Amino acid sequence: MMPAGMPPGLRRRAVLLLLAGAMVALAPALGRAEALVLSLSKSRITITSSFTGDSIVLFGVIEALPGRSTDTPRDVIVTVRGPNESFVTWRKERHFGLWVNVDSRSFLSAPSYLAVLSNRDPAEISDSDTLRQEQAGLTHNRFLQRVGSDYADVVPEDPFRQAFIRVKKAQGLYFEDSAGVTFIAPRVFRAVIPIPGIAPVGTYQVSVKTFLDQHLEAHGLLPLDVTKVDFEQTVATAAQDHPWLYGLASALGALAVGFIASIAFRRD
Amino acid sequence: MPPAPNPAKALAWSDPVTTREGPPARKGAGRMTIYLPIAELPVNIFTLLAMGIAVGFISGMFGVGGGFLMTPLLIFLGVAPAVAVASVSTHMAASSFSGTLNYLRRKQVDKQLALVLLAGGLTGTLAGVLIFMALRRFGQLDLVIAVAYIVLLGAIGLLMVVESLRALARRRRGEPPMVKRPGAHAWFLRMPFKMRFRQSRIYVSVIPVVVIGFLIGLLGALMGIGGGFLLVPALIYLLRVPTLTSVGTSLMLTLATMLAAIIMQAVLNQTVDAVLGLVLMVGGTIGAQFGSRAGQALRAENLRLLLGLLVLAVGLRVAYDQTTRPADLYAVTIDERLP
Repeated sequence: MMPAGMPPGLRRRAVLLLLAGAMVALAPALGRAEALVLSLSKSRITITSSFTGDSIVLFGVIEALPGRSTDTPRDVIVTVRGPNESFVTWRKERHFGLWVNVDSRSFLSAPSYLAVLSNRDPAEISDSDTLRQEQAGLTHNRFLQRVGSDYADVVPEDPFRQAFIRVKKAQGLYFEDSAGVTFIAPRVFRAVIPIPGIAPVGTYQVSVKTFLDQHLEAHGLLPLDVTKVDFEQTVATAAQDHPWLYGLASALGALAVGFIASIAFRRD
Repeated sequence: MPPAPNPAKALAWSDPVTTREGPPARKGAGRMTIYLPIAELPVNIFTLLAMGIAVGFISGMFGVGGGFLMTPLLIFLGVAPAVAVASVSTHMAASSFSGTLNYLRRKQVDKQLALVLLAGGLTGTLAGVLIFMALRRFGQLDLVIAVAYIVLLGAIGLLMVVESLRALARRRRGEPPMVKRPGAHAWFLRMPFKMRFRQSRIYVSVIPVVVIGFLIGLLGALMGIGGGFLLVPALIYLLRVPTLTSVGTSLMLTLATMLAAIIMQAVLNQTVDAVLGLVLMVGGTIGAQFGSRAGQALRAENLRLLLGLLVLAVGLRVAYDQTTRPADLYAVTIDERLP
């Protein structure tokens, strides 16, 4: 644990150093040539009553080991996944003049939030097999569907799959930016991760993959917490842990407001 | 009656999740937003207050809970349907309590009638929840709800508009207003177990009263509404209760069922957002005060005409949404059945 009294700048540098140490130590064991040093501007997004969304900055350094080419530019794909949820996608059709849900597909454990940031179009970074295997790029992510008794992802052209991504994009919970990663030095990059106000609460995974000559070179993972604090947390916990009390308090509160209003506005 | 403990439900005419849009992540922008801890999204506090006042005004004026207006408005703001329905019940409880107190002071609440209605209503709610669950298994719940809205609201709205227009025309021609109880009692009022409801000045069988309560409870649970806008016309036209007493009694019944709904939703679903409810009820109670005054200033025929137009408008809105081609033929909802 870091001493709490350390100034934030120093602390961040210490974190970076520690991370770098860990990465370097792990690198040989993974048989990878390179290591990634990653840091988020904050590791926790706190939701207070004035929360309307936030942005997190990701910094990354690609550490080349001696003897490797350092000139070839690397490609970076950052994928941020929110806690998994199950969704149903419905299709409407017209019957007797009414638009009715006629067909549906269940998407199991799909990320509730999904952001894909890269320094260029993922399609240019590697071949589609590699991209699919690494789940790099929004459309290359796996969206498990329940088909009969089977669980599988389907072809990207599947209308339900496309509709699911389209609707989530329209809500602002899924997005893709092929210019979202910028290199500030040949091997130092940064990316801004926007967290919308409606982002679900939970632990997010920030996954960073670097590619060299179309091949996956390094992979790093960081957690990012989105949590309610203070009053928001108190209310949410009370509703969860003491539902009877919470319900009674809400009912009494409603009666009190109604009563006060009726007294305050009494004319006679 | 307490809205069913299910979410998917309520108002089939808005796609729950496709409309769920929040303000983009802009720092410093929208300073007057407030984050709703259970709904888990930020909303503009003035928008919420204005909605509370507007719906509260209508609720006080006509003695309807306002759920059939407020729930779709909240869903439109991006609140999940389950949270919208549950939180609206706190707003309706506050509004109907302040309204009930107003009508009690003017002795326009028939407590005895409200109790008999409540007895039928609670049974109806139970039946409604069971039917609701069965329909959901078939996957056609949304359609049934939409058709129920169109048929019910269309028919009741039309009935009220036509009747009140006739009454207005009669008054314009200078004829005396129609006698309150024309001809003989309807057959169902002459059934056994007669009871005298002094406040409403009626002497009728309890069977139709309990049946009305049962049906309101059933439809309320099925359609996720308080049922006030169904109850008021039912009391006026079927039981021939005076208009203002109908409104007062309906408010009291709404109060009882909404209190039950708050507890039920809080315990079963944990979907009551107290912050959302508080903002809505502050706006709602203020609106209801002015609404109930406006209602008492209006002639009964005009009041019935306005309520009829409102009910008809909501019915037409549902019909419009169900018959026009949606912008996106696909919609995404959160699957509540799976962990």
